[in-house]
Amino acid sequence: MSQALRVRAAGTGPAHARRPWPESWVAAAFIAPAALVVLFVVVVPLARAAWMSLFDISLVRPGDEPFVGLGNYIEQLTSGDFWAATWRALWFTVVSTGLELGLGLALALLMDQPLRFRWLLRTLVILPWALPTIVNALMWRWIDNAEYGALNALLTQLGILHSYQVWLSNSDLAMWMVILADVWKMTPLVAILLLAALQSVSPELVEAAKVDGATTLQALRHVLLPLIVPVILIVLVLRTMEAFKVFDIVWIMTGGGPANATQTIAIYAYQTAYQGYDFGRGAALGYLIALVIMVLAAVYLRLLGRLGRT
Amino acid sequence: MASLPVTAARHGPSAGVRLRRALRGGVLYAGMLVALVVILAPFAWLLISSVAEPVDLLSRPLHWIPAHISFDRFAALTVGSSPDDSAQSFRAALVNSSIIASSVTILSMAVGTLAAYAFARLHFPGRSWLILAFMATYMLPPIALILPLYQIMSALHLRDTPLALIIIYASFVTPFVIWIMRGYIETISSELDDAARVDGCSRLGVLVRVIVPVSAPGLVSTGLLAFLMAWDEFLYALIITQTNASKTLPVAINDFIGRHGVDFGLLATGGVIAALPPVIIAFVFQRYIVAGLTAGSVKG
Repeated sequence: MSQALRVRAAGTGPAHARRPWPESWVAAAFIAPAALVVLFVVVVPLARAAWMSLFDISLVRPGDEPFVGLGNYIEQLTSGDFWAATWRALWFTVVSTGLELGLGLALALLMDQPLRFRWLLRTLVILPWALPTIVNALMWRWIDNAEYGALNALLTQLGILHSYQVWLSNSDLAMWMVILADVWKMTPLVAILLLAALQSVSPELVEAAKVDGATTLQALRHVLLPLIVPVILIVLVLRTMEAFKVFDIVWIMTGGGPANATQTIAIYAYQTAYQGYDFGRGAALGYLIALVIMVLAAVYLRLLGRLGRT
Repeated sequence: MASLPVTAARHGPSAGVRLRRALRGGVLYAGMLVALVVILAPFAWLLISSVAEPVDLLSRPLHWIPAHISFDRFAALTVGSSPDDSAQSFRAALVNSSIIASSVTILSMAVGTLAAYAFARLHFPGRSWLILAFMATYMLPPIALILPLYQIMSALHLRDTPLALIIIYASFVTPFVIWIMRGYIETISSELDDAARVDGCSRLGVLVRVIVPVSAPGLVSTGLLAFLMAWDEFLYALIITQTNASKTLPVAINDFIGRHGVDFGLLATGGVIAALPPVIIAFVFQRYIVAGLTAGSVKG
């Protein structure tokens, strides 16, 4: 009997006899690998970028990196180029997000109707979203080509245009062409998210409104839309956050040109850092952009939390 | 009064109602047709451009249907025997993108699901605060991190290696995996966990033997989205990669535009090849992708 006791004390007894780890320890062990990945690639660089943004670091002057305090930030916030790029990003954001929400809602309502062949639309709608951003930009760059592009060919053959237009090299039109390409790719995503919201609304609610004498449009406006407003708001903030930091599609389609007409804030930051070799100012710009995005992220998470509770 | 609906039912809807219904149907079907054309036409043109001869592509007025179709450019970029510089870069990029996106998916799914389980099931101080911190890192714009990451990767001699991109991509894909999988695991009844615990399973045992099999659909949608995110990334890759050793497809296409700015057929071919994996994934696994997108962005 004493031998049996000793065996158990040595830890070879059944597993549940061992005292389990406290839950917090288990949680720490489970989260540690993910935290490690994020720590080295996000937290450390973020701290380093904050430090860098306080110096005047230029790669064309190695070794000479004077401390300037908040100088880089003050310089940007008082610079015309910075504000011009910020307004361009805002313009892109407001127009593309507005169009994507409007068209996306229309598309979602269409896909929610009991129509024959709607499965076809529901199946194909995901394709623009799936197309890689770079390929989408390349495709529209080719469509918008001034001499051989499909857009010019189509519009002249339909009689809408009399002669070929310059689209991307025209500083009045370039931003619109980038917006068009972005709207084509992202409207389906908005439609998919809003369709999911529409499908979560019980059809009986709409039927009840119609029985009470409401027309389809009235039922839509007073019953369906109010119910999906929380999701619309979330999608709005999400798209705003994505659009404000836009880089890829602009970089491939126009490179920020012509004459800076499509130079959004992320393009401006990239050019400052990598074409001007100015890492101090680049880091400060990165922080300013992150600040805007983080404010939007806080709004987004708060909206999500509120939706989750109701 | 009460007999009115009966009469209406006997004679069917009145002519006015029928006309209005037909009109409404007409408008809706027309809208659907327009939507389908707008979605498909740019794709169709990209595909046509990738197989059309330059003579057809550069014609004015444009011939929409090319007189000759050739797959030579597809062959040149993928299996051709005498690859020039561009073809070599493109093939290297195809391999790099596949390796990087797969590795990121495996790594992020492993560490992300582990953490997601802790956030969904375990009670510990700072839980809600910590998951928000992860979400914030996911939303942080790359432009705020590229400069220090560029320096750190250079100092570690990791610049221009696939490993550098795998590590960087995992840093934003992992929080995304945590976010979706936590939501997914929360929908699974915790009685399953309790039953397994009573049977002597450790927490890790519960995760591997109970949660993972039950949440297979959630894992598939999350994994596919993780793959697509890594496949699509451009800004970090533009900074970190320099040669064929690590260049990914988006960077290769960016180079292509610089080098073959006027060879539209070749550009279109490169675009089609780069787009094939994600488009096929989205098409075949549509149900999973849509579920993942919805769970990831509009469900708290």
